[in-house]
Amino acid sequence: MSIKNRMSGNEALGEAIRQINPDVMPAFPITPSTEIPQFVSNMIANGQVDTEFIPVESEHSAMSAAMGSEAAGARTITATSSCGLALMWEVLYVAASSRLPIVMCCVNRGLTGPLNINAEHSDSMGARDSGWLQIYAENNQEAYDNMLMAHRIAEHPDVRLPLMICQDGFITSHAVENILLEEDGPIREFVGKYEPEHYLLNEKETMAMGPYANSPYCMEAKRAQVQGMMNAKQVILDVAKEYAKISGREYGLFEEYKMNDAKYVLVAIGSACGTIKDAVDELRKEGIKAGMIKVRVFRPFPADELAKALSKASVVAVMDRAESYSGQGGPLGAETMAAMYRNKCTAEAINVVYGLSGRDVTVKDIKKLYLQLISIEANGAKGREYQYLGLRG
Amino acid sequence: MKDLVEFRWHGRGGQGAKTAALLLADVAFMIGKHVQGFPEYGPERMGAPITAYDRISDKEIRVHSNIYEPDFVVVVDETLLNTVDVTKGIKEGGAILINTERSGEELLPLLNGFEGRVYTINAREVCERTLGKYFPNTPMLAAIVKISGVIEEKQFLEEMEKSLAHKFAKKPEMLEGNMKALRLALEEVH
Repeated sequence: MSIKNRMSGNEALGEAIRQINPDVMPAFPITPSTEIPQFVSNMIANGQVDTEFIPVESEHSAMSAAMGSEAAGARTITATSSCGLALMWEVLYVAASSRLPIVMCCVNRGLTGPLNINAEHSDSMGARDSGWLQIYAENNQEAYDNMLMAHRIAEHPDVRLPLMICQDGFITSHAVENILLEEDGPIREFVGKYEPEHYLLNEKETMAMGPYANSPYCMEAKRAQVQGMMNAKQVILDVAKEYAKISGREYGLFEEYKMNDAKYVLVAIGSACGTIKDAVDELRKEGIKAGMIKVRVFRPFPADELAKALSKASVVAVMDRAESYSGQGGPLGAETMAAMYRNKCTAEAINVVYGLSGRDVTVKDIKKLYLQLISIEANGAKGREYQYLGLRG
Repeated sequence: MKDLVEFRWHGRGGQGAKTAALLLADVAFMIGKHVQGFPEYGPERMGAPITAYDRISDKEIRVHSNIYEPDFVVVVDETLLNTVDVTKGIKEGGAILINTERSGEELLPLLNGFEGRVYTINAREVCERTLGKYFPNTPMLAAIVKISGVIEEKQFLEEMEKSLAHKFAKKPEMLEGNMKALRLALEEVH
């Protein structure tokens, strides 16, 4: 039976971590993810978990310690945001290529310039090529559910890759909302005990971790790593099905909202998707065939599935809460449009950058954007292919 | 109650406006509502103006944006009236609640021609008479519950008693003081 409660997104992750009871958590505090290691430290002090908390002197050290403990055979988590994630950069790649299923709570906040603490996806989007799986949440409920599924996905023998559980800083991490929690018993059974096949503390199998590889071996290692990423799609769906048996909440690679007959479609990630759903409902009342796709899983990128879901649309706006400074759009835009091209999707597609550094996005803003899509259907994009939403005049 | 009732709180960093907003969400949740309580983070420092928001509804709340057209506004610190446009966007039929020792009529010139209902409460006096310390949260919460009618008064007091009994399990004198503050605030809001 699900238990009704109310809490913030960070509290929801704290609750999930209590239920998972990981072996080790190295972490360094940074807004807006600081509460997560704080909650875990409290739970350790209160005897609610027996996690070993490692206070470190930087995020580079946090990720290095996470690698060490995961390699030793301990289920390891960490949490960070923004510049903290950036300081982990070097080690992110090493963790992924060492096939260590570390789970990170990434509370999305923009990378600095200008200094800002608010929601943006530039931190995790910047790490999109580091080899980590990435799953994003719309709200506290999804942050909780994603966290509970994380270890099953990352540790799966077909995957063996680290995973970021992402949610929007402050917008969901610090907002108290209703949530359904699951009971400890079934969750602990679902998450299960971590029994890695290979690990450093196994005295019966001596091994080296992260050694130098010459060119005759390196490329094969990288290709094998991609295979883990590709395999993850099916594993994510299988784990979601199993989780649905406990919770009644089932998740796909992305969520389709009113997509059956939708002509005008927004593709987005994170908390704005709730706002978009409200806008879609209002437009539907006016007879406008609006729809939305919320991308949950960005790594691996569900390219073919997404293109198929967009195949009947007339005009698509891909929404990026991150700038890539390519001069032609953001990361979700680039990847979605590449997927559409490869799948011969005929819809007109534009890329909209929004919500940078926590810039608010309202139902009104979104409705205006949908109306623009109708105009694009009639008149073509004409210079609107790459645009900013909510930019002051 | 309407389908959705929206609140905006104005306070200064350190006064507990955010905590009060979260408390309102909490007590509305306890009577079975869907809630959303969240602060808007700007510069984080003591004394700087801060804003917090609540949505209370019978239906699931999906929207994740700030509130620009609230039904109710709560001003925890009346010095903000000089610098912040606190009545901005208040819906027709909406109301504002101000923590002050002055009357609503006296404050009208500071409210940019606001034509809706103006309520006042002297939270400092309520606190001094009941808690012996100035924690404006508690009286402001009771006052806004009364004005907005989102929760019936008797039920509000029962839920608060349960919640505070848990919170102050080791300080029963705090439970009594807070309950007194809530009851007095329900009477003292004008």
